[in-house]
Amino acid sequence: MTMTPYEKLKTARANTRPTGSAYVDRIFQNIIELHGDRRFGDDAAIYSGIGFLDEGFPATFIAIDKGTDLQSRITKNFGCPKPEGYRKALRLMKQAEKFRRPVVCFVDTLGAFCGAEAEERGQGQAIAENILEMMGLKTPIITVVIGEGGSGGALALATADRVYMLENAVYSVISPEGCASILWKDSKKVADAADCLKITAQDMREFKVIEGIITEDFDNFDKMCKSIRHQIKKDIKNLSALSDDDLLNSRYDRFRQFGYFTRTVDDDDE
Amino acid sequence: MANVFTSFIKNFTGQLTDIDSLIRHTENVNLVCKGCGGEFSKHQLLRFNNMICPKCGKYFRMGGKERIKWLCDKKSCEFMFDDYESTDFLEFPGYAEKLDKSRKSTGEKDAVVVGTAKIAGKPFAFFVMDSRFMMASMGSVLGEKITSIFEYAKKYNLPVIGFTASGGARMQEGIISLMQMAKVSGAVKRHSEAGNLYVTVLTDPTTGGCTASFAMQGDIILAEPKALVGFAGRRVVEQTTKSKLPDNFQSAEFLLEHGFADAIVPREKLRETLQNILEIHAVGGDAV
Repeated sequence: MTMTPYEKLKTARANTRPTGSAYVDRIFQNIIELHGDRRFGDDAAIYSGIGFLDEGFPATFIAIDKGTDLQSRITKNFGCPKPEGYRKALRLMKQAEKFRRPVVCFVDTLGAFCGAEAEERGQGQAIAENILEMMGLKTPIITVVIGEGGSGGALALATADRVYMLENAVYSVISPEGCASILWKDSKKVADAADCLKITAQDMREFKVIEGIITEDFDNFDKMCKSIRHQIKKDIKNLSALSDDDLLNSRYDRFRQFGYFTRTVDDDDE
Repeated sequence: MANVFTSFIKNFTGQLTDIDSLIRHTENVNLVCKGCGGEFSKHQLLRFNNMICPKCGKYFRMGGKERIKWLCDKKSCEFMFDDYESTDFLEFPGYAEKLDKSRKSTGEKDAVVVGTAKIAGKPFAFFVMDSRFMMASMGSVLGEKITSIFEYAKKYNLPVIGFTASGGARMQEGIISLMQMAKVSGAVKRHSEAGNLYVTVLTDPTTGGCTASFAMQGDIILAEPKALVGFAGRRVVEQTTKSKLPDNFQSAEFLLEHGFADAIVPREKLRETLQNILEIHAVGGDAV
């Protein structure tokens, strides 16, 4: 039975779903969590650090974590990262580049935090810098959207070589609530907005925004994580075989192709 | 700031620029100031007031072509990649009509103009976003044109001057709109790695995904006085913060105070400031 986009949205947000840290803790071994952006503070919404994907296979992980109970959800700001969270992520990405480790990101956020202090500390600038630097990061980046991929706050960890989504995860330029309220001045039209925006993993596959869809099997979560690890390792092996230039060129081309438009002139190298 | 950006052109009057070509089209056009309600001839505003209200000092928003012609040397402006048009590929309710309406009211195909121009003989590539066109929301065409001009500028080692104004993503293009942020950022990165200069001028209003990508990626970030610049919308921030925000919240001045803009440049100083920046960077990075 197929779910509607709105049902998928609700499923992707369900409290019962495993959060970012649950994936990291099963996919990685010998984990050391690394805290702080070295500029302002530490954002608990982002769980990040280093570990082994497998024996002799180190990697950096960066996961948005929504928390599992009320207390941890509050601590983690319900998975809405602040600028210092994105800056921590960037610090770890640059560190990964230095030590030639791949970066694995897990995305699950309604979006970047929208509070006054986030604006004061440059939420827009933090996201902009991540996207810019990820476009030049000389190490493979793999991203898995495990729940919600909320707009720029998700893209700041998803400007990657390979992006995967869980089968009921969603990825959207704006929350369907926000879309309904802006376009139709009616926040109750969320289901319609979810339909129109095309937010499902299946839509993303069609748009080539993601490379693959991961089947959900939370009853056999260990097994599911094992297969995710298998896929990540396979991708990293392929990407590691590329020269830095080839890696960056292929990442560039991956994003360069996005766009639908018409032209009246054929060639325009004026 | 006056010490840093010493004036090179004395008594800037606009006579050096391409505004004559604009003024021909502004006869009998009057504009109403949103600040004080005063009505002024557009001709006067362009020729003598840099599109600033003579009564209350509020900045009028400027169209894309208008902005660059007001700024650049006479007859130096070449528009490029001008034939791109958005398509309603998601069949999003109301999108085709909105595009149609904006095309008719602005005479433009989409929300950005790009090309090359000169200031005091110094060449540069530009993009100017036009908030009159669907609030300069960022769809495929906007992303493609800005990406293309950065690629062109990299090829010919030209600086890029970008005027930002945007309501954010164009949600009628769904996830493809979001992908434009990464696409443009890739081109900015390549242009930058090749040692080229990128200056952004934040104009009213620069918000959402535009702020969260190329608006904040300039080597030098200038802003127009009192321009609204932010990531989340004011109402959303107020709801999240559950308190009233100060009046200057997300203004250019707020940005400067928090370290996210290099300078606030009033319109009458913009041309000479950009000229100075272009000249400083024309010398090259090797120490003499």
